[in-house]
Amino acid sequence: MAGNGSSAGTLARLRDRIARIETDHGGGMPGRASLGHEKADAVLQGGLARGAMHEVFAEGRHSAAASGFIAGLAQRVCANRPLLWVRQDFAARESGALSMRGWRELGLDPCLLVTVHASDVESALRTAADALACDAFGAVVMEIWGETRLLDLVASRRLTLAAGGSGVTGLLLRVAATPLPSTAETRWIVRPARSPPCEAWQAWGAPVFETRLVRNRHGQTGQWIMEWSCDECLFRDVSIRDAQTHPQPVAAAPADRPDRARVVALRRAG
Amino acid sequence: MLRSGEPAETCDTQSRSTKTKETSPRIVVAKQNNGLVITALDDAAARIGLAIGQPLANARAICPDSEVFDADETADSKALSGIADWCDRFTPLVALDPPHGLLLDITGCAHLFGGEAALMRQLCSALKRQGFDVSAAIAGTSACARALTRHAHGRIVAPGEEAGAVAALPVFALGADDAITRGLRRAGLKTVGDVAARGRHEIAARFSAAFTALLEQALGQSDAPINPRKPLPDFIVEKRFAEPIATDGAIARTLAGLARTLIAAMEKQGKGARRLEAGFFRTDGAVRIIAVETGRPVTRGETIDRLFRERLDALADPLDPGFGFDLVRLSAVRTDLVVQEQRDLDTHVRDNDEVAALVDRLAARIGSQRVVVHLPQDTHIPERASFPVPAQQHLAAAMRAEWPARIEGEPPLRPLRMFARPEPIEVTLAEVPDKPPRHFTWRRVTHTVVRAEGPERIAMEWWRTQEVRPTRDYFRVEDEAGLRFWLYRDGLYNEAAGNGEAVPPKWFLHGLFA
Repeated sequence: MAGNGSSAGTLARLRDRIARIETDHGGGMPGRASLGHEKADAVLQGGLARGAMHEVFAEGRHSAAASGFIAGLAQRVCANRPLLWVRQDFAARESGALSMRGWRELGLDPCLLVTVHASDVESALRTAADALACDAFGAVVMEIWGETRLLDLVASRRLTLAAGGSGVTGLLLRVAATPLPSTAETRWIVRPARSPPCEAWQAWGAPVFETRLVRNRHGQTGQWIMEWSCDECLFRDVSIRDAQTHPQPVAAAPADRPDRARVVALRRAG
Repeated sequence: MLRSGEPAETCDTQSRSTKTKETSPRIVVAKQNNGLVITALDDAAARIGLAIGQPLANARAICPDSEVFDADETADSKALSGIADWCDRFTPLVALDPPHGLLLDITGCAHLFGGEAALMRQLCSALKRQGFDVSAAIAGTSACARALTRHAHGRIVAPGEEAGAVAALPVFALGADDAITRGLRRAGLKTVGDVAARGRHEIAARFSAAFTALLEQALGQSDAPINPRKPLPDFIVEKRFAEPIATDGAIARTLAGLARTLIAAMEKQGKGARRLEAGFFRTDGAVRIIAVETGRPVTRGETIDRLFRERLDALADPLDPGFGFDLVRLSAVRTDLVVQEQRDLDTHVRDNDEVAALVDRLAARIGSQRVVVHLPQDTHIPERASFPVPAQQHLAAAMRAEWPARIEGEPPLRPLRMFARPEPIEVTLAEVPDKPPRHFTWRRVTHTVVRAEGPERIAMEWWRTQEVRPTRDYFRVEDEAGLRFWLYRDGLYNEAAGNGEAVPPKWFLHGLFA
């Protein structure tokens, strides 16, 4: 009897493990992918929702930082599944094409990246909608430069439905554009932040972003300065690193300011 | 399927449409031996005694009001290949026999059209309707058929009777070059039969072995294979319509049906299609071929159907049915053996299959060059370090590729975004040699460098190119707003140019860090 009991226990344990493996991999991927940044994860209630659309906006000159941020998000969401990056031809002319060596330097794997060069927004949208319906991908990034009327509420809803149906996460990178109404789960505004101060001989230049979560359908918004850790493949708070390298308190970096310093025009007297 | 060089048929087409409504004779002239000579004419011209080969001056003297056109060889050969496309409906083996002929290998095809005579009748009447003047013949060898078309239109020669059929024809009919034909006539050999009666060694000694070979082929004693325009597809399925179809729905249904038939045929041999071609034959003779390539062998009818739907939707010049298509053909031009993989246990196999299927679909719509994966290259020139290749063909290779590992603990040393051609920047401040700039202007915005790291010197690969290109010194810099750039100086400071004078180095922006 005792033998029977232990084997039943083993069986139950095995079943439990199989169930866990299955939920980890199959079908609609589990709910949320943690970013690694504790405060952001807390606001997002555990991380970025899978099977939904997320938007990242940036100014034209901040496109590289925004690409880095969205690549990080895609990496967190994908977890070793292939990634499809749809880009408009114009975006490559304006801010350069993705460099695979640079991709590798961010700690990401170029083997899992398929890139689509779309000639225009319409073709990019169609490609993204097709890819979102294919559940072999972990995420689909759509990079669209400039204002466009094609990306309206209807298009956004179509993408959201496709993402919801397959469990693939859609990430929309909008450079040099103003936000329009959409059905996206979250909306971020990203700009690069200065590297934390350090000695001249120390390594600097890790991707640091000033991120603002301006919209969150199921929670609060917030803003954080995040650093993408290329070795661990997660976002983390810059202050953690600062605490290690600079034990003394450091004045807030200028990038922290929501607005740039204002220049006040002075009229000459007389 | 077909053995080339069995009964072949030549149809000699005057590739000029002859619409003889007006009575004034029309002739086409071309320059030969420094004089304008008639190369083609219509019935009206033939009736008044004009003939091919006559000088234009003579023709003008006979009939001053004849209309004269310049020969356009390009248009002629285009028309001929158009007719050849149309002839694809009778057999997949169609060869050009310039300037005015086509050779069709109809071995094993004739019964589909009710026999050889019926096939020839159908072909001739259809071409006549399109406005071409046709003469055709069927014989066991291509040389024999070619000889017969010129002089005995509509003749069908049974196997073994070639020698008798061509015996009465003039030697000109053999189509050998002018010198040989003239030589034969001078020797008193007027007909093919006369030539055949002489000993082969005599003929070979006088007129070369090539002519003897031609003669033997015309007599049916040996055969030369024809040279078809397109390779023979592995599988062909087609559907003919008594009533031409023109609507999208009907075309889609036809293609879907054909795809099922094709898959059934390929399945028996364990094959899958890698390249498919759909041919749409319009009633007025125009033929449109649309091809689709796939990354891995396709074994499902729905996939074929879907690929063609994507392709047809995305065509720059849509399929124009005109008065309708009377024949739709689907052929698997290239096929591969299908390797059965165990799918159920390994989810990665399934995932990769789905990715490949999506890539095929996207490639069908927007072109395979636009769906890419990257392969690492063994070079340290930054812009050549990775090579984009079509995902359709290289997906598996790219997924296995080994990329150089990053150095732990270092920030990214290569930018995430790189410009295809480095953008020139203005470095305003005179600098200490071998130091990064303090300010630079890119796209009309001046950036002040706060931090810089470098130089990382990259010499160009002199062993690959002949031309000497300057060494680059790369710098990683960050400006006061936190933007991170990858700059380089093209050439070294105080580097002497060819004439011994120092050239100021140029600065470029090559990439942007995240």
